[in-house]
Amino acid sequence: MKRFAALIDRLVYTRSRNSKLALIVDYLKHTPDPDRGWALAALTGALDFPAVKAGTVRALLGARVDDELFRLSRHFVGDTAETAALLWPDSIHPSPSGEGTGVGAIGLAQGIEPPPQTPPLKGRGLSVSEAVDALMAATRSDAPAILASLLDRLDADGRYALLKLALGGMRVGVSARLAKQAFAQAFGVPIDDVEELWHAIPPPYVPLFAWGEGRAPRPDLADVAFFRPFMLAHPLEGESIDLADFAAEWKWDGIRVQLVHGGGETRIYSRGGEEIGAAFPELLAAFDQDAVIDGELLVRGEAQGGAEGGAASFNALQQRLGRKAVTKRMLADYPAFVRVYDLLAVDGNDLRGLPWTERRRQLEAFVLRLAASHFDLSPVIEAPHFEGLATLRAGARDAAIEGVMLKRRDAPYVAGRRAGLWYKWKRDPLVADCVMMYAQRGNGRRASFYSDYTFGCWTDAGELLPVGKAYSGFTDQELKWLDKFVRDHTIDRFGPVREVEKTLVLEVAFDSIHASKRHKSGLAMRFPRIARIRRDKPAEEADRIATLRAMVT
Amino acid sequence: MARTRPWLEPHPHGLYVRPADLWIDPARPVERAAVTHGHADHARSGHHAVFATPETLAIMALRYGVDATAPSNTAVRYGDGFERGGVRFGFHPAGHVLGSAQIAMEYRGERIVVTGDYKRRPDPTCAPFEIVPCDIFITEATFGLPVFRHPPTAGEIAKLLAAVRAEPDRCVLVGAYALGKAQRVIAELRAAGWHAPIYIHGALERMCALYADHGVDLGELRLVSETDKAEMAGQIVLAPPSALNDRWSRRLPDPVAAMASGWMRVRQRARARMVELPLVISDHADWDELTATIAEVNPRESWITHGSEEGLLRWCELTQRSARALHLVGRDLEEEA
Repeated sequence: MKRFAALIDRLVYTRSRNSKLALIVDYLKHTPDPDRGWALAALTGALDFPAVKAGTVRALLGARVDDELFRLSRHFVGDTAETAALLWPDSIHPSPSGEGTGVGAIGLAQGIEPPPQTPPLKGRGLSVSEAVDALMAATRSDAPAILASLLDRLDADGRYALLKLALGGMRVGVSARLAKQAFAQAFGVPIDDVEELWHAIPPPYVPLFAWGEGRAPRPDLADVAFFRPFMLAHPLEGESIDLADFAAEWKWDGIRVQLVHGGGETRIYSRGGEEIGAAFPELLAAFDQDAVIDGELLVRGEAQGGAEGGAASFNALQQRLGRKAVTKRMLADYPAFVRVYDLLAVDGNDLRGLPWTERRRQLEAFVLRLAASHFDLSPVIEAPHFEGLATLRAGARDAAIEGVMLKRRDAPYVAGRRAGLWYKWKRDPLVADCVMMYAQRGNGRRASFYSDYTFGCWTDAGELLPVGKAYSGFTDQELKWLDKFVRDHTIDRFGPVREVEKTLVLEVAFDSIHASKRHKSGLAMRFPRIARIRRDKPAEEADRIATLRAMVT
Repeated sequence: MARTRPWLEPHPHGLYVRPADLWIDPARPVERAAVTHGHADHARSGHHAVFATPETLAIMALRYGVDATAPSNTAVRYGDGFERGGVRFGFHPAGHVLGSAQIAMEYRGERIVVTGDYKRRPDPTCAPFEIVPCDIFITEATFGLPVFRHPPTAGEIAKLLAAVRAEPDRCVLVGAYALGKAQRVIAELRAAGWHAPIYIHGALERMCALYADHGVDLGELRLVSETDKAEMAGQIVLAPPSALNDRWSRRLPDPVAAMASGWMRVRQRARARMVELPLVISDHADWDELTATIAEVNPRESWITHGSEEGLLRWCELTQRSARALHLVGRDLEEEA
């Protein structure tokens, strides 16, 4: 736990992405199994201990520290786990003044005996895996005692790490993507392989490390519904495209998903490789063919083309996102379907090496095997030439159309964003995917809401710089959600301004963008508004400053 | 019996000792002031007559141009005192910074002790705190919350040395308050065996020299402004906290930003200062020291001045000790903690 606590500590204070990467790489290289795997799972939020909740921690503290002192401390520190880590009676490093009037005495002063504790096992370090094993075995009734005995074995930094591990919400700015990159870098293996294997192997990823270190062959995924890293598109910036080389499709305004059926199970992965199947049970049930498809998740809407295959706006889809369970009402009001545009594997054959033309041919045949109620084919746009396509794009009024995709006809399906293969050509107005950085409360009716958001885009060096501030474009319901996000993900406060964890992508629409000295990025947007909340999009994939600069008028 | 009017009156800008017509640590210029120590929230310029330790007078001379040798000023050594208006004043070490004193006052059989700022753990740059029994104990409460428990100083110094050695191409820039903290960090580094020159910001130069003049050995110090960038790689640099993320630091070789302060105990505080290496080193008593000191002095009543008064008040309530909070103005030198 000592090494893990030190890692967490360093990550808290390290801002640069590359330095974070270096810290994780070093940890993975020099920590044995299964600790490093559990640590990685904790960092990426892949651990869940149902028996341990924030209430468990508060109750434990309540038995040891006066309520009022806890309240004052929590108010000052701003984080329950950290407050608890600092307040916990120290049995490892007695206070140097040694007067014995520390926090432990507070309970006594109140006439409350500290609850009976198992004597701390001094001189023996607590390992991450020991802690994980103990927390996993915990039930609702014995979780407080188990957690207490673990806390007794640690110092303040160790307690902080343990509580963060137990409660989740590490908030050290490490995404799943960064963790995978660290793994790839630590062991010199391709990131695409790591992406594929990651979801197929549960924590603590022992076979993954064995493969990484060359001690074992690549784990066999034949019987697993594993994730294939998505092929991504570059924005089209002024280039003219020859339609003889590129096929055009509509760019749908939903969320990108991959459906995998194999090894007797079905999974739905979102852009970041997270599993979101639980929120879409109807799709899990309907996707019954041994295949892997890439498509856009949408909900049916009546406004566009009627109930017959029409898709509703992104707002409608949002009702279905981010839910752990889904009600019958939700299923009926917002029926989901997938508009399919690529076929990555079918009947045990990996098609990713084939050119788009061939995959498309097979896809068109394959789609007929799927239930039309839940799957349809994203059509190829027939345009005589690029200018004609531009006219079609400008004329598209469907709210579910975001623009046009251009895909090189002879390109295989490759992970990530490769130059010259796929382009996205978004429709006006200008939009950019930005990352929320700071939030401030509004005025009047919104005085209690964090409704003004400063957002940023990435520099080439991987630094996030503010590009604008917006306080409109969302519904009241979205505002509530955003407000909660801000409060739950605050990492810092500067007077009235809260700095948030840089994980939320906001699609910002704006009329134009200009050079300006107001922001460090040197850019300022005219009339920026929040077009959408992109909970599905990893922050690393938000737009770059360079992309915005190319839009400057 | 009706309680007589107290002879020591708390006012927002200081404590007034009525029979002696003298203020303690007043926040504005007065005729007569007793000053506990040289930090700006306790020592101000413009008083006509100052009673302070010789070290504090020297510090006030350096910082505020106070004429330490003026006949109106009185140097009072630890253990010494003076009498005025029937009040017997005595100065005792507070262990906070060089020259810091607790001021004990006795009048008609009642004794009051004003701690100023203090700490209990050892500090190689100043005399250790002394327990002075009293009826009314007026204590600070900068870290008056149980989350503040400063770890052993040696461990923090070891962290600093490990960081320097880990990245020989960079330097570690430690933000440390110019009076007290900077000299203590240097002295602790020397005690831990770091004998290389330590590089300092110009704002620390004269105070370090003053400490050396008072017999505190700080080893070889060099000015950053007179040093090549390359020479400072793998070395330790000290600067006031305000210089940490200032343009000034560009002259340093890729500095690791460190900060020595009790506030560094709280992660978000450290993050807010853009600190990469927080060092929990404080010249103020932590929660354990504050509560232990009140218990040890065991006064009839505790008056709590500045900081987290609420937390310490609550502790007094829980331990059935009589206490009240004084609300003094201008006592929030966050940088210095």
